[in-house]
Amino acid sequence: MNKTFISLLLALLLTACASGVKLNEVPVVDKKGSDVSSGTSGSGMSEISSSDSSSSQQVQQPKSSVEPVNSLGNDKASNQDNLSAGPANVEKIVYFDYDSYTIKPEFQSTIEAHAQFLKANNRAKLSLEGHTDERGGREYNLALGQKRADAVRQGLTLLGVNAAQVETVSFGEEKPAMQGNDESAFSKNRRAEFFYK
Amino acid sequence: MTRLVIALFALLGLCFGATHTAYAEFKVEISGVGITQIPIGISEFKGADIAPQKITQIVAADLERSGQFKTSNPGTSIDENTRPDFATLKSKNIDGLLTGSVNRLADGRYDIRYRLWDTVRNQDLGGQSFIAFTPDLRLVAHRIADQIYEKMTGDKGIFSTRITYITQHANRHMLWVSDADGENAQAALTSPEPIISPSWSPNGNELAYVSFEGRKPVVYIHDVSTGKRRVLANFRGSNSAPAWSPDGKSLAVTLTKEGGSQIFIIDAKGGDPRRITQSGGIDTEPVFTSDGSAIYFVSDRGGSPQIYRIPSFGGPVQRVTFNGTYNISPTLSPDGKWMAYISRAGNSFKLSLMDLVTDKVTTLTETTHDEKPSFAPNGKLILYATKVQGKEALMTTTLDGKISAKLSGQTSTIREPHWGPFLKP
Repeated sequence: MNKTFISLLLALLLTACASGVKLNEVPVVDKKGSDVSSGTSGSGMSEISSSDSSSSQQVQQPKSSVEPVNSLGNDKASNQDNLSAGPANVEKIVYFDYDSYTIKPEFQSTIEAHAQFLKANNRAKLSLEGHTDERGGREYNLALGQKRADAVRQGLTLLGVNAAQVETVSFGEEKPAMQGNDESAFSKNRRAEFFYK
Repeated sequence: MTRLVIALFALLGLCFGATHTAYAEFKVEISGVGITQIPIGISEFKGADIAPQKITQIVAADLERSGQFKTSNPGTSIDENTRPDFATLKSKNIDGLLTGSVNRLADGRYDIRYRLWDTVRNQDLGGQSFIAFTPDLRLVAHRIADQIYEKMTGDKGIFSTRITYITQHANRHMLWVSDADGENAQAALTSPEPIISPSWSPNGNELAYVSFEGRKPVVYIHDVSTGKRRVLANFRGSNSAPAWSPDGKSLAVTLTKEGGSQIFIIDAKGGDPRRITQSGGIDTEPVFTSDGSAIYFVSDRGGSPQIYRIPSFGGPVQRVTFNGTYNISPTLSPDGKWMAYISRAGNSFKLSLMDLVTDKVTTLTETTHDEKPSFAPNGKLILYATKVQGKEALMTTTLDGKISAKLSGQTSTIREPHWGPFLKP
């Protein structure tokens, strides 16, 4: 902005003030403006300075309305193969300490039982689903839950299970086993679940 | 011309002390006091009663939420053709006056007109007329607020942009698109399983998100106007954290297909993902810089989750956050000067802001469960999820943390907000 321009502007402003605009003499002119569909915010809109009259715009139905999608009831039926039941009489959940993905000794027998089943049934497909408690960010918790599922898979492969039989996924904090925001709920939610497909 | 008038207006017009008149019927929860708020009088538009939307109040609430205006009702209702009584207005210590009218046309549409006055210099700052059907009346109000904002601050207004967020009621998870004030919400997706991380495409037509409807996290791209959606990433393992490149042609995603959570780039039309990060631990929550040259992301490679930066074609990794042991969910301002993120302090998760030039960090909120920040497209506000009195809520804050506002809308669970772009014609 150079000084001349500012001076000129000040002069313009003062002139505008001095000349004034008489009451009821500010016309609103209907210039047919360009379409303004949903969300547009500028094009076709003339910059209106103090001496301008108003321009007009047609506001039409937003083009970008939202088309609802309903995926309720889209649940895929699970494989009805008898292997999808997994090993009988074996726990299907292991729990973890806070901020940890180390498998606690008390769950080793559970992991061994699943390993035995998977080795005996080459066609069995296992999904290990990692979960966290609600503390922290959702995406970071998704990655933490993944680490838990991966830790259990590692426990299985160390016992000779073919890694191709096991997919590890995470639900992060999205599917708590127990509602609540105290340690009794948190400890039930920090887990990995065995889901046979 | 207009821009210069604004500059002078701002220079000449800084006076304070206007009292705030609450618009009782229109509930907006705003707290805090800004340092340099422009006092503006907003008189009820003449004939506004006939419109099914409270246009004047929507404009006032928009301007208040920006943190840059202090609105008051001068008590008179004059239309855009009437020159206001400047002497009286001066005694009320306001710098600007918004006047206008609403008329119903024979075909059922409404004609909404406004005019903005500089009450310091007794000057007409211009106005506009909008013709609209009932469903677009809120949009007209937001457009008027955008224009007032731009005339008086010189920055583009964001009130007519859209946001997205997720709600949950029992086993009903819903993805919503609403006005920037959280109102006028339309459901884009209803699912029996969780949905997280919705992210607007740069052109504002599509949302990428993570859905668990297939009993694992899968990334979808969803055209909001047609409802058509496609799977972007459904690889073995988990697929999450979609982030659009600025040109909209590709997305960064977190995949576990090669073991561990690692960041890949994938064409928006699908195809083979290209791995960007290489670590034995967690790399996730990617976000592109506005020039597309780099990606900020979260990694636990140093033992605790911290924010790092990597060239978007891969390369040397640079650590960005050093304070604290838990820094996640980075988001960048459009001008690249600021990074907002969530930082854990004790048991609190706080919205924090880093000046990327000086590395100075400020904490912006009083709340303790902040999540998922995103910048308004003009970079002047941050939208985030938090808890207020134990209930999930969406809030906006100014970058100095002085003015925060709770968005209206759903009551029980509301989360995962993302602020959409300016929409092009």
